[in-house]
Amino acid sequence: MDGTGHGALHALTAREAGLIGCRTCTRACAPEDALCPRCGAPLASRDVTSLQRVWAWWLAGVLFFVPANVWPMLITSTVGRAQEATIIGGVIELWHYGAYVVAIIVFVASILIPVGKFIAIAYLALAVQFPRGHRPGPLLHLFEFVEFIGRWSMIDVFVVAILAALVQFSLLASINPGLAAICFAASVIFTMLSALSFDSRRLWDRIDAAAP
Amino acid sequence: MTSAAPRDDLVCCPVCDALHTLDATPEGRRARCIRCNTVLSSGGPEAMMRVVLLASASLILMTIVIFFPFLQLRQGVFTAKASVFDTVMSFSQGVMAPLSLAVGLFIIVLPVGRLTLLIWALGPLSFGTSPWPGARFALRWAERIRPWAMAEIFMIGVAVALVKLADLATLTMGPAFWSFAAIVAITAFQDTQLSRHSIWTALDTARSTR
Repeated sequence: MDGTGHGALHALTAREAGLIGCRTCTRACAPEDALCPRCGAPLASRDVTSLQRVWAWWLAGVLFFVPANVWPMLITSTVGRAQEATIIGGVIELWHYGAYVVAIIVFVASILIPVGKFIAIAYLALAVQFPRGHRPGPLLHLFEFVEFIGRWSMIDVFVVAILAALVQFSLLASINPGLAAICFAASVIFTMLSALSFDSRRLWDRIDAAAP
Repeated sequence: MTSAAPRDDLVCCPVCDALHTLDATPEGRRARCIRCNTVLSSGGPEAMMRVVLLASASLILMTIVIFFPFLQLRQGVFTAKASVFDTVMSFSQGVMAPLSLAVGLFIIVLPVGRLTLLIWALGPLSFGTSPWPGARFALRWAERIRPWAMAEIFMIGVAVALVKLADLATLTMGPAFWSFAAIVAITAFQDTQLSRHSIWTALDTARSTR
């Protein structure tokens, strides 16, 4: 390990140099520091409890995702008639209106992204636990993608909130949020916490160890 | 295995832990991690000033967002107005109350909080005075709450809601709508201006020369 950075994948890490890298302010700290002297954030060379937290939040996210899709998201009541729509029901309705782009946005944000995120986080966590010569490029991009995209699932919750706030006082109809809204929000929050608990440096350690 | 002394010019990549030595990055240039390509350093003192000004602008616009009507719905003789606050309160009944709280945090409290913390930590620096007490704490938390400030996602939600209601009623956007759109654009631009390393180094320097 010469640390000169040749071949890009074999860089000297702070851990190998006997230092602890602060993930908040990027300072190289002495191994005996518990808090970063510059920014005051707690330091850990590698977060050893990270995977337990990842899996715990992941499981909570998956559990809440089920009722979020089964229960109604929106309850629309027109004079004397109540209609309930699930997430996927809302997408189909938009599609029938001819609002294809919006239907696709909602479908991607509410179904594809959450499911994709569950699979991606599980895959990344397993790659850290059981390294089997994973190629670094795809793993890294997967992690960046998961970190970036997770918040966008919240769209449908906001849509429900806006609709409910607007269509409340007119005689035409009233729209109320269904129980799925809170389950879905919980699922998104738990999945975000799961992704945030992930210590990406451990992924890089594995990639380094697996590299020839 | 070697053991190095912690030095101030050493930069650890927050994503992959690779160790770099960095000199001052020229204005307008970026230094990236050699291994994982994460931006390590960007911008200079001018960027700091820009971030503070942009954050102040967003904060002023935010007051418009909270107090003025956001969307107006008209259907025959019936009209309904909704502010961002109404949107937050739409979940406030029964078991959904926690969701109201969460939505309020995501679209109002956390974006406003992040802007205030940023201005608190960086404002004095950009005017060349010594940092206010708690600057380190403010900056650390500004970074921590970043993923949870979801103003831009809310805007996409508004667009979707507009389409859903389009054939039910006539919708008009109020002043708050355009302010919110401006905030989203400003925030997106502002976030590209400074890296963690640059901000923290600047704060460090200001503290030590006090």
